[in-house]
Amino acid sequence: MSRSPAPELEQAAGRAVEAATSAGAAEAEAWAEGSRSREVRVHGGAVESLTEASGRGVGVRAWIGTRTGYAYGTDLSDAGLAEVAEAAVGAARVADEDESAAAPDPAGEEPPEIEGLRDSGVAETPTAEVIELAKRVERAALDSHDAVSSVEEAVYVDEDGDAAIATSRGVSGSFGASAAYSFLQAMASRGSEVQTGLGFGVGRSPRDLDAEAIGAEAGDQAAAMLGATKPESRNCPVVLSERVTASFAGFIGGALCADDVQRGRSPFADRLGEEVASRALVLADDGTDPGGLATAPFDGEGTPRGRTPLLADGRLLAFLHDSYTARREGARSTGNASRASYRSPPAVSTSNLVLEPGELSLERLLAEAGEGVYITEVAGLHSGVNPVTGRYSVGASGRAIRAGALAEPLREFTIAGDLLGTLAAVKAVGAQTRWVPFGGSVSSAPMLVQELAIGGS
Amino acid sequence: LTLVDEGLATRVLERALSRGGDFAELFCEQRRGFSLSIDESRVERPQFGSERGAGIRVIDGEVTRFAHVDGLAEEDLLGAADVLASALAAEATRPLALRAAEPPRLQEIEVDPGSVPAERKAEVLRGLDERARGAGPEVSQASASYSEGRRQVAVFNSEGLQASDDRTRVRLGAQVVARRNGTVETGFETLGAHRGFELLDGDPARIAEQAARKALELLGADPAPAGETTVVVGGGFGGVLFHEMTGHGLEADAVQKGASVYAGKLGERVAEPLLTAYDDGRMPGEWGTGAIDDEGTPCRKTPVIEEGRLTSYLYDRLRARRDGTESTGNGRRAGFRDLPIPRMTNTYIAPGEADPETIISEVERGFYAVSFGGGQVEPATGDFVFGVSEGYLIEGGRVTRPCRGATLIGNCLQALARIDAVGSDFEMKTGFCGKSGQTAPVGTGQGHVRIRGMTVGGTSV
Repeated sequence: MSRSPAPELEQAAGRAVEAATSAGAAEAEAWAEGSRSREVRVHGGAVESLTEASGRGVGVRAWIGTRTGYAYGTDLSDAGLAEVAEAAVGAARVADEDESAAAPDPAGEEPPEIEGLRDSGVAETPTAEVIELAKRVERAALDSHDAVSSVEEAVYVDEDGDAAIATSRGVSGSFGASAAYSFLQAMASRGSEVQTGLGFGVGRSPRDLDAEAIGAEAGDQAAAMLGATKPESRNCPVVLSERVTASFAGFIGGALCADDVQRGRSPFADRLGEEVASRALVLADDGTDPGGLATAPFDGEGTPRGRTPLLADGRLLAFLHDSYTARREGARSTGNASRASYRSPPAVSTSNLVLEPGELSLERLLAEAGEGVYITEVAGLHSGVNPVTGRYSVGASGRAIRAGALAEPLREFTIAGDLLGTLAAVKAVGAQTRWVPFGGSVSSAPMLVQELAIGGS
Repeated sequence: LTLVDEGLATRVLERALSRGGDFAELFCEQRRGFSLSIDESRVERPQFGSERGAGIRVIDGEVTRFAHVDGLAEEDLLGAADVLASALAAEATRPLALRAAEPPRLQEIEVDPGSVPAERKAEVLRGLDERARGAGPEVSQASASYSEGRRQVAVFNSEGLQASDDRTRVRLGAQVVARRNGTVETGFETLGAHRGFELLDGDPARIAEQAARKALELLGADPAPAGETTVVVGGGFGGVLFHEMTGHGLEADAVQKGASVYAGKLGERVAEPLLTAYDDGRMPGEWGTGAIDDEGTPCRKTPVIEEGRLTSYLYDRLRARRDGTESTGNGRRAGFRDLPIPRMTNTYIAPGEADPETIISEVERGFYAVSFGGGQVEPATGDFVFGVSEGYLIEGGRVTRPCRGATLIGNCLQALARIDAVGSDFEMKTGFCGKSGQTAPVGTGQGHVRIRGMTVGGTSV
């Protein structure tokens, strides 16, 4: 890792590693971050709140033999780093021995060169302009339909930051990245009835965001839901919107992380190489796709990001690994050690999930479904999905599909099933793809499932 | 502990208002935490965390400007105050002199968990692991986690307020996976409080046994039926339902934006007279308890529904000012990086008069939801959904077979109005509530509650 866009953070990480070895660690790893961010919340055409923030911190993993400990802190002075390093070493003393635990080895290869992770648009766009953007998002929703009565909040957020890593085994490097996104919840009303709709856009810079499209998406959805009724309970064909497909893909991706697989807590355990899904469903994890917000040259422990095919020809091709799970079964890390921030140690997680698009337009998917339900929103994912058993039962709303076309709006029902059963029932994936920030970061598309259980009246 | 001295706080407030603004506030925080888990009978993931930082806000008319910094260095605090002031161009507003802080009414902590050796915490986890595995040969996996946190906060504002709090919380969680032939089930149980390590006196490993019992029980479960039925919600964890379907709709930010089905309903009958409910941030030792909220307002007990009538919303300062009323002590923030928003503390349905057994025996056919994995509500429409982690069929007035994969869905106002029995039993449980990207510890509680006519979503159609 020769490039060093953030030399100061790299130095801080290096000093933290030294402090940890001085404090008694046999090996150590440090991850340092520094970032600036802005958030604008707009309501009723006026700024409700404006946040400007800067943050920095470091997280240290220390190994004593095969015991691992972690500590983090916000003080990057020598004294602060020493305190964090000592805490990490102290933590390691508490852990039990684990023969697979060790500092990650340097990868034999250079991390990929990825252009465009940082867009100067975030740093260059004055706050007054992004405020205007958030106001336009709100206005676009209000202008989209007469029935759209208000917007709960139009939110714009951007962030520009650097991350650096250093280890006692000689791994070192840093990278910078930016992100900008906007979302809103529009409310449409008729009489005493209120319906809501969500719109969003994500990118690397405010210039990537189409304020009018984001606002209109929320307005369209809210207005379309007016008059929604509860469907009858039944088993029927279901088309998932690209947002819902993304949440579903996130559920699949989570169950493919080797950590839970190895501990017998995944419906995919012992299924490697087997037929587990419909051939229509082709899925990969790709930490190098320039369009994905999880893209980076290396993962949370310095291993180069890469592309890992997960499902193809109906077969389960791979699990996702970090260095620990890889060592546990003599495999190679797939570069999927992720960190939410310096406040958490790396753990196996998806980077960007990429669903291979099919050939059918949404209209054709609906026509294929014939009579069924189009799901535009699911709720209660964190409670209604059991990642160990693979069973799920979540709240949903959407539209009826009648004679192969969208019909009346539906709400207050559930969809339920089990992961493997649903994977087998996927009949087709749509052609239209979109990056969706639900279920992680997913390049998603609508999806037709042959049969799902709808729970309504 | 003094996070920042009065002199510095005063200078920060002066700088923040140096170009105008109605109100300025400095929120300082130091947090320390430790967590540890056991998995595959191996103690792992020991983790210490330590953070200090501050959030400064200036309110000018209806606009809130907010800046936060890591660390409490004078130059960083003054720099952040300057960034906020730079957006305005009026005459300086003079903050009132800081009044002497009243001594905080702190929750008594008998044993500071930070003073307990980490090995002792590892022992507790080993005890949980052993108990879970001992619950039966069908237990195939057990894991458990321990976490402790201490948040020391200090609030200063331009109205002369200075206040502080010192909140210590300890929590244990146990998860068990059970297998029988091809069937896999999970069970989860927690124990947590705004208390010290004394929380774990006695027999903390009982929660592992309870988690195991749930998983084992579910091995014999049938798929949940889908359709409309009478639902009896269990005590304790069942309070999540009230938290979601009513509590969120009472938070004043949602109400003021018309994004709550409870907007405009103050004083109206929203439930049968048998229902009374509170938000109470002063319950001794409870998970959502504090001396003050994160704006320095003392926590208090607020009746939200009295004998079926809606009596109060939950306010922070900003929303209270808008409604010309007082904060109810519900201005909470996940940390110094977040703005305060109106949030619940400990929210519960007060014990009623019905015998919990009678509540069930009166149901000819229904569903008994004992605990939830969690839930979600859309405050604007009132639609909610809950994953049931432990549920049973009620047949002929008796609890019969366990069901898996059930979800409760419904509409807040309807479901609240259909509560026709509240049990005399009562229990509080801990939860983490997410709102606007901020996570807060909240308590939920109730006794058994019966709701006539609710949709159960399941796989059996």
